[in-house]
Amino acid sequence: MVSEATYSAIRFGFGLGPAGLPKDLEAALAGLSGPDAMAERYPMLKMREALPIFDAYERALKNRKAPGAQKKADSVKGKINYLFESGMSLSIARIAESKTPLRERLMAFWVDHFTAAPKHFISRLALQPYLDQGLRPHITGTFGDLLVSAVTHPFMLNYLDQVSSVGPNSAAGKNRGRGLNENLAREVLELHTLGVGASYTQTDVRQLAELFTGLNFSADDGFVFDPRRAEPGPEVVLGKKYGIWQGRLEDVHAVLQDLAVHPDTAAHVSRKLAVHFVSDAPDEAMVQHMTAAWTASRGDIKAVMGAMLEHPAARRDFGAKAKRPFDFIASIYLALGTPGDTIAAYEVKELRRRMIVPSKTLNQPWMKAGAPDGWPEDLEHWINAQALATRIKMASQVGRMVGPHVRQPSRFVDRVLGDAASERLRWAVGAAETREDAIALVIASPEFNRR
Amino acid sequence: MSKMLSRRALLKSLSAMGCSAAAHPLMSTVTFASAPWDNRLVVIILRGGMDGLDAVRPVGDPNYALTRKSSVNDTLKLGGMFGLHPAFEPLMPLWRKGELGFAHATSTPYRDKRSHFDGQDLLEAGTGMDVTIGAQRDGWLNRLLQTIPGLTSETAFAVGASDMNILRGPAPSSHWSPRTELQLSTAAQQLLEHIYHDDPIFRDAAAQAILLSDAISADRDAAEGDEDAEMMMDMMKPSAGKPERALAAFAADRLNHDTRIASFSISGWDTHNGQDFRMKVMLGRLADAILTLKTGLGDNWGRTTVLAMTEFGRTVQLNGSGGTDHGTAGAMLVAGGAVNGGRVFGRWPGIAEADMYDRRDLMPTTDVRAYAAWAMRGLFGLDRGVLEDAVFPGLDMGADEGLLL
Repeated sequence: MVSEATYSAIRFGFGLGPAGLPKDLEAALAGLSGPDAMAERYPMLKMREALPIFDAYERALKNRKAPGAQKKADSVKGKINYLFESGMSLSIARIAESKTPLRERLMAFWVDHFTAAPKHFISRLALQPYLDQGLRPHITGTFGDLLVSAVTHPFMLNYLDQVSSVGPNSAAGKNRGRGLNENLAREVLELHTLGVGASYTQTDVRQLAELFTGLNFSADDGFVFDPRRAEPGPEVVLGKKYGIWQGRLEDVHAVLQDLAVHPDTAAHVSRKLAVHFVSDAPDEAMVQHMTAAWTASRGDIKAVMGAMLEHPAARRDFGAKAKRPFDFIASIYLALGTPGDTIAAYEVKELRRRMIVPSKTLNQPWMKAGAPDGWPEDLEHWINAQALATRIKMASQVGRMVGPHVRQPSRFVDRVLGDAASERLRWAVGAAETREDAIALVIASPEFNRR
Repeated sequence: MSKMLSRRALLKSLSAMGCSAAAHPLMSTVTFASAPWDNRLVVIILRGGMDGLDAVRPVGDPNYALTRKSSVNDTLKLGGMFGLHPAFEPLMPLWRKGELGFAHATSTPYRDKRSHFDGQDLLEAGTGMDVTIGAQRDGWLNRLLQTIPGLTSETAFAVGASDMNILRGPAPSSHWSPRTELQLSTAAQQLLEHIYHDDPIFRDAAAQAILLSDAISADRDAAEGDEDAEMMMDMMKPSAGKPERALAAFAADRLNHDTRIASFSISGWDTHNGQDFRMKVMLGRLADAILTLKTGLGDNWGRTTVLAMTEFGRTVQLNGSGGTDHGTAGAMLVAGGAVNGGRVFGRWPGIAEADMYDRRDLMPTTDVRAYAAWAMRGLFGLDRGVLEDAVFPGLDMGADEGLLL
């Protein structure tokens, strides 16, 4: 049985490593309160900073034929791509320096729950604003506020086609003969809130899609609500009437806040949290305990996490989950003790070689989930012949890279896995022919890949 | 040839692990042996919901021109009710030879919620709506394998990095992606075996990875100097814009060895927006995968059936943004030398508003599982009772439409 500090760091963080990590689950939970030090230390691009770049890109495209314009366009494109990819290095820099790793784990969870990916080249520019303004300020607050913020963010509106959905009887719809696109509305009900097992119907999807018309992106202001595109209301979703004849943003907020505290949402998202943090087949009593906390607190995320951590089942089945590739890569940086400042300063090539390419090779390419339900959770998906072979190869690369700099591989095991390291691993690390092989074994070990 | 290579690879890896075959703990889960049949089946899962009405166009239905006006002009004519999307042009020689066909207005039993993920789960589980989605733990290809004793993990292959739930279940199968290869020193391999010893999931995964990796590099060695074989090896390298080509080439290579059933997926069919462009790209990729299989299989193409199926079709009407939303019935593609093609199977329900499902989707008139069942009956000689009870529990296969020759 491993110590509370070890499983707090491994199961509810990214691993052992820097000094000052929470010594138990209570301390881990306490880390969710108080200021967000890492978001301040490694800030991401904000929407108001992104818009001028968006503008420069549009202008470069328009003037393509002018002398020197191609070079200018390429430079803007390079910058946009770097801003997309550096979302990963900044996220891992935060993990490397964080004393409140549960906050970073929650961030990764919500990024996946509200999966969005760039649909066109230019939408890459909206990623950092999405992560840092769409999600980050709300990840420990109420689920309702997080839902509103995520669902109405331009990155999401673009990903799930809301920007091309127009009320057929709105001013814009009647003028140009355009109509509804129900993609976002369906995924909000199915994935973000109630869950597919809940008792909503195709009519609810259509009504919600009508209510969502008007949510849009503008190059001048970022997010806008455009009443000219809004379908005249009211609409009825799950038996409740929203809105008036004229479409309004407040009605969109109202329906999302109601969905956030719906009992089906409480059960669906509580279960998802339990699956993510504890076990692919979580203890039913723990899920119910969390669901009750959701209902009692009206979707307060800290309260739900508190309910999970105080339940005895949160301490059982240690090692039942596999780290997903993003977490695996972050754990490697934590294990190597690479300073966050170094990671955050990676330039284009280094960032690509050290993070973007590995994330792709390990089948979890940075912010490019294949579908809006995000990445799978189950151990068998991430640990099978094909996937494990890739992890072993990556472990060898890490071994070759850092092995020569590690004086005592056995101390590396202590620092990285502590009392979670098995006797077999300790023996093998001692028996390895080279330091490179020893480090590779630690990174490829079940103890390092499980949590 | 293949048996010798496999044995060579096996012996090589066993000696590297420093143990005899008899004492090897993994021999029961990962072994190579000769195949039970000569016929081959490839199942391609088209993830995202392919718009069957754009792929296989009912141009003979007057309502089609009303809803999909822009699609009518560039349709490849087949001389009847249906025409094909122009991106299928490279497949026309197959159509003319009777090696390509389609089933239209077909679907799984999935209805109403129109979720990709539940839709795909049901498609791969092969169950009806009477089984809770997600509760069915094995896929229909795995249940097919379960009905035949003595199969090995090499008989069925899931290809590519993505999960193939269609093969999930207790019967052994292999899962590998052509871009992965693992080459370890003997010492490193022994140490890995040591640290994985008490963890069955890691232990089995690593053992399978080492065996597959060795078998494939042995094939590569053997291909040297043989022009056709070298070309296939080249095709297994990932190529830009056509990720399926490498999967199809790898699947063909395995099917030329002891594998008889292979499955992989092609994602990206969720065309909510501007689908003129998307469908051209996606159908082009599907056509390319079919032709890569044909080339790679050589003479074995004559014994092969390829089924390409999707979780649901899409709405009959275009939506407000030049795309289509999630629907119900769609189309299935069937190809191969074993196929009785040059035809569109199924019963056309019409697309007048009153004929649609829910007044928005193409009405399903057949169960897509019935086509798969008839194909397996033809290829592997399975009894109808086995297919209707064990492989697709509760399915009524109905009459044979003559999918295979």
